[in-house]
Amino acid sequence: MPSLTPADARELESVAKRIRRDIIRMVAEANSGHPGGSLSCADILTALYFRVLNHDPKDPTMAGRDRFVMSKGHASPAMYSVLAEAGYFPTDELLTFRKLGSRLQGHNVRGVPPGVEMSAGALGMGLSFSLGVALAGRMDADARGGRDYSVYCLLSDGDCNEGQTWEAAAAASHHKAENLIAIVDYNHIQNDGYSDFARFSGRDGKDGRAGGWVLEDGHTVNILSLAPLPERWRAFGWNVQEIDGHDFPQIVDALEKAKAHRGGPSVVICQTTKGKGVSFMENNPAFHGKAPNAEETEQALKELAG
Amino acid sequence: MVSEARTAATREALGPTLVKLVEEGLDIVVVDADLGVSTSAARFGQKCPDRFITVGVTEQNMVGVAAGLAACDKIAFVSSFAVFLPGHCYDQVRMAIAQPNLNVKLVASHGGVVTGEDGASAQSLEDFSLMLALPNFRVIVPADVVEAEQAIRVAANTSGPFYIRTIRPKVPVIYDDGYRFELGTWDLLRPGHDVTLIATGVLVKAALDAAGLLAADGVDARVLNAACLKPADEAAVLAAASQTGAIVTAEDHQVHGGLGSVVAGITARTSPVPIEFVGMQDRYGTSGRWDELLEHFELTPAAIARAARDVIARKSG
Repeated sequence: MPSLTPADARELESVAKRIRRDIIRMVAEANSGHPGGSLSCADILTALYFRVLNHDPKDPTMAGRDRFVMSKGHASPAMYSVLAEAGYFPTDELLTFRKLGSRLQGHNVRGVPPGVEMSAGALGMGLSFSLGVALAGRMDADARGGRDYSVYCLLSDGDCNEGQTWEAAAAASHHKAENLIAIVDYNHIQNDGYSDFARFSGRDGKDGRAGGWVLEDGHTVNILSLAPLPERWRAFGWNVQEIDGHDFPQIVDALEKAKAHRGGPSVVICQTTKGKGVSFMENNPAFHGKAPNAEETEQALKELAG
Repeated sequence: MVSEARTAATREALGPTLVKLVEEGLDIVVVDADLGVSTSAARFGQKCPDRFITVGVTEQNMVGVAAGLAACDKIAFVSSFAVFLPGHCYDQVRMAIAQPNLNVKLVASHGGVVTGEDGASAQSLEDFSLMLALPNFRVIVPADVVEAEQAIRVAANTSGPFYIRTIRPKVPVIYDDGYRFELGTWDLLRPGHDVTLIATGVLVKAALDAAGLLAADGVDARVLNAACLKPADEAAVLAAASQTGAIVTAEDHQVHGGLGSVVAGITARTSPVPIEFVGMQDRYGTSGRWDELLEHFELTPAAIARAARDVIARKSG
């Protein structure tokens, strides 16, 4: 696929803005949910569903489709919004999020609504599942003499804390799973606070103390640094790219390169901003798992207008 | 029915049965976490190398990979020791298999104290309880190698998650090759009207022997093989309660959360009768020969017979 034209990039930015507005409305209406990590991966999901994936919203289980597996299941608002905007189900349904009787549970459930490839919510599980899907694709392609599909798996900082992710990383390169592509939404903030010092502006603790500690505002800093993340993936035998996860030409280019890579699995490490697009949520751990109030919602939607 | 001369370990059924099933046309794939030689899954890998995926000692990953294969319409089998599967990866079993109801079959060997010399860490005594708690899972504990092959066949041919517990030692084979395992049916091994002995796994043979001891005293014991812990055979339990008025359960597992709890749960609603629970009494095992351990922890025909006499004495009327 040719690289993005400026017009293509503007179109994707416009879709991503709609998705960000959906995320804010859903979480506000539910009065619960995870806006920060949903906003940080909104551009990645937009690039995937509106540019990269071979998929058909009218045929969610189409044979041979590319698979997208959301390992960070708490970012379900981003998942549901992108599926609805892509045409998998009516956007009207988004405001039922987290309510009794809704198909849109707080964390992803496989097949509900159609298009959600796997259940998630316990971190660290997505990459193993994705590897199984990738290996099945290769087996079937070998049997048919055809081409296999690609499997894209979105990981969070927390996913990369989990040992199971590294079990899967080792097994994927061992099996030369070249149709498997991990994407890290590396926003450096997780449930309790700051994963490391990358998004922390204060002085506290930069004096060489080991480990993490709790700040005056109640958040924790330096929970578990993943640095050096690219080197870790390389050491596990992966093809590694590092990009700005909010730059559409970079995202699309990196995903296309990853798809074309042969000989083993690829990872695209996306430097992202938690809460991206809403000034008071950006790099703010308070909005990892908290809904905005009415005033904040109005302000957020104003910032995301257009 | 009983051919005492033959002994075999239920774990030996896995690999050879899966090879036969592939030859019969089933699209089976096995994921192995470095215990395939012990669980006999490696014998499948020998015959079907393209369907055998090694992932090293990564049980959590193994379960996830199997779920991914099942999501692509493979019949995915995983095996390990029961302390690791489900013990080491319970959240993965819950989230990646049970909740999405994927077609993955867990065959876990080294169940119970009969695991023997390896000691407490290796003896799974909690797996029934863990697996019975998960919606969508069928839970099977074969009494011998014939039933193990049957259970694996049924699991492979029935969509959805299964847990099958096998054991390490060679034990007497109680069924002949004509036996057919059925989901949800507890095989009546011996009719009787004074008490019902309901056993599972390695203790089925012990229950049969206990019935022999009781018969010598003029006590007529019914014996049921509760191989299918879930779905349980409620009709057989209710018939046992109403027709014999007393029940003994026997399992190589903690007394909480296993067969005894299943049986008590069924009878308590409509047909409460006295029950005695033979099993591990809320404690861990230790090292020893498997048959010595059964004696040490009183998982024997004599212990089952003693429990039967106790429970008969408590019958009303």
